[in-house]
Amino acid sequence: MTAARRYSVIPGFGLTLGYSVSYLSLIVLIPLSALVAKGANQPWPDFRAAVFDPRTLAAWRLTFGTSLVASGVNAVFGLVVAWALVRYRFPGRRLLDALIDLPFALPTAVSGIALTAIYAQNGWMGRWLTPLGIKAAFSPLGIVIALVFIGLPFIVRTVQPAIQDLDPAMEEAAVLLGAHWWTTMRRVIFPALRPALTAGFITAFARCLGEYGSVIFISGNMPMKTEIASLLIVTKLEQFDYAGASAIALLMLVSSFALLFAVNVGQWWPTRQRVKETE
Amino acid sequence: MSEPVWVRRALIAVAVLFLAILILMPAAAVFSEAMRKGFSFYIASIRDPLALSALRLTLLTAAVTLAANLVFGLAASWLIAKFDFPGRSLLLSLIDLPFAVSPVISGLIFILLFGARGWFGPALTDHGIQVVFATPGVILATVFVTFPFIARELIPLMQEQGSEEEEAAVLLGASGWQTFRRVTLPNIRWALAYGVVLANARAMGEFGAVSVVSGHIRGRTNTLPLHVEILYNEYNFSAAFAVASLLMLLAFVTLAVKTALEWRIRAEQRLIEGGS
Repeated sequence: MTAARRYSVIPGFGLTLGYSVSYLSLIVLIPLSALVAKGANQPWPDFRAAVFDPRTLAAWRLTFGTSLVASGVNAVFGLVVAWALVRYRFPGRRLLDALIDLPFALPTAVSGIALTAIYAQNGWMGRWLTPLGIKAAFSPLGIVIALVFIGLPFIVRTVQPAIQDLDPAMEEAAVLLGAHWWTTMRRVIFPALRPALTAGFITAFARCLGEYGSVIFISGNMPMKTEIASLLIVTKLEQFDYAGASAIALLMLVSSFALLFAVNVGQWWPTRQRVKETE
Repeated sequence: MSEPVWVRRALIAVAVLFLAILILMPAAAVFSEAMRKGFSFYIASIRDPLALSALRLTLLTAAVTLAANLVFGLAASWLIAKFDFPGRSLLLSLIDLPFAVSPVISGLIFILLFGARGWFGPALTDHGIQVVFATPGVILATVFVTFPFIARELIPLMQEQGSEEEEAAVLLGASGWQTFRRVTLPNIRWALAYGVVLANARAMGEFGAVSVVSGHIRGRTNTLPLHVEILYNEYNFSAAFAVASLLMLLAFVTLAVKTALEWRIRAEQRLIEGGS
């Protein structure tokens, strides 16, 4: 602390440090520690009963399964979307590029009811899917659709800069050496984009795990079948089972922290390497 | 890369079709469903007293939230960008923490603190202060959810800009406040506006966290997104979509302003890079 002062003429160190740390503690750290205390401070059998009873287990399976499928779908289509937006010029490109962030900007409840209206039996998509025997709304498929919607910006916005930063010399070299375009794609471009794609996939997956608003309308919320983990937390809260709700929440929190920590470590390492190389 | 034309066309077609179904269709559906019972029903749904009181709470929540997080964002970015001190990178990661917390959990933590059986709940209730299932709880949860938005835009920019200009100002005799207002603020204004716009969209639209702490008391603790949910669950679909269309308009305005700011920020960066 004294070192910081000695080398800087700029005022305000004490004030901004004091304010930032107090505000952070009041708004973020103390509330989160309340969850850790409540969730962890219960006898192990109670915790296990709350987190691993059959209904909760079914919710975990559904939440992780649908999040995984949705993030996988987004990894494929998000890559195509990001590629087309960066590399090609076509009418409406700028508009579509701006609209990628709609899932960010739109309240999740609105996304939820809009998707439900589309994929319900008589909706714009539902009326085509129903004759094919596909039930989209009020089924796990509906949850996947909502999560694809929510996760899309995470993948596209992570992959887009990576495509922009691709070294044209690499592609030119591949082409000059006589590589087929598909070989260039597979052996040169895809490996270069893989770190960004992985980071986007994990971030989207972490976001999907905790998603609530966009899912609860389209899922139908049948226990054991289409009930996600977030909804179970709300249900337990409404029954005043604070300990049970905290136990599920704690496990969910730890999962998403671990995922995002993995992304940070994974992203830090190669950028540090790159910085060293350019120096 | 010289991929054949048919590959380009196919990739563009897949991208456009995917976005049309996934993004454009829901946006169109909201307006179409909102107008299903006609324009006068639409206007009546929006001018309903309960909708208006939800709008008022949403505006109040966003105003308080933005003011609080704006002050924090400025303080934290000043601290992190201008000074080097032990624990700096830890502080930086702690600021991002709320991004990793799911909406429902963001509400739950405030119930655990201020609920009837929470840490501080009983003591506050004795003094006649109710936090959860009241306006303060709605605001607190929203502040938590939007906590990193502004700081996150400012910190990298201020780090990049360094402190030479501020040092010059201070050495020439400017006070700390003058330096901030006359030197730093003009340098960061667009990034600041960008952070505020994003935070505002989330503050007005937050659903999960607010839904947990609000208690859904109509006319008192309902925000616009919660009002949409209540109308929808009562099978009052057209009214729900009418109110939802307001939030859709807000999202469009947010995206438009955000895109305009991005262009401006990029143009300024090009100017700086070209000049040096």
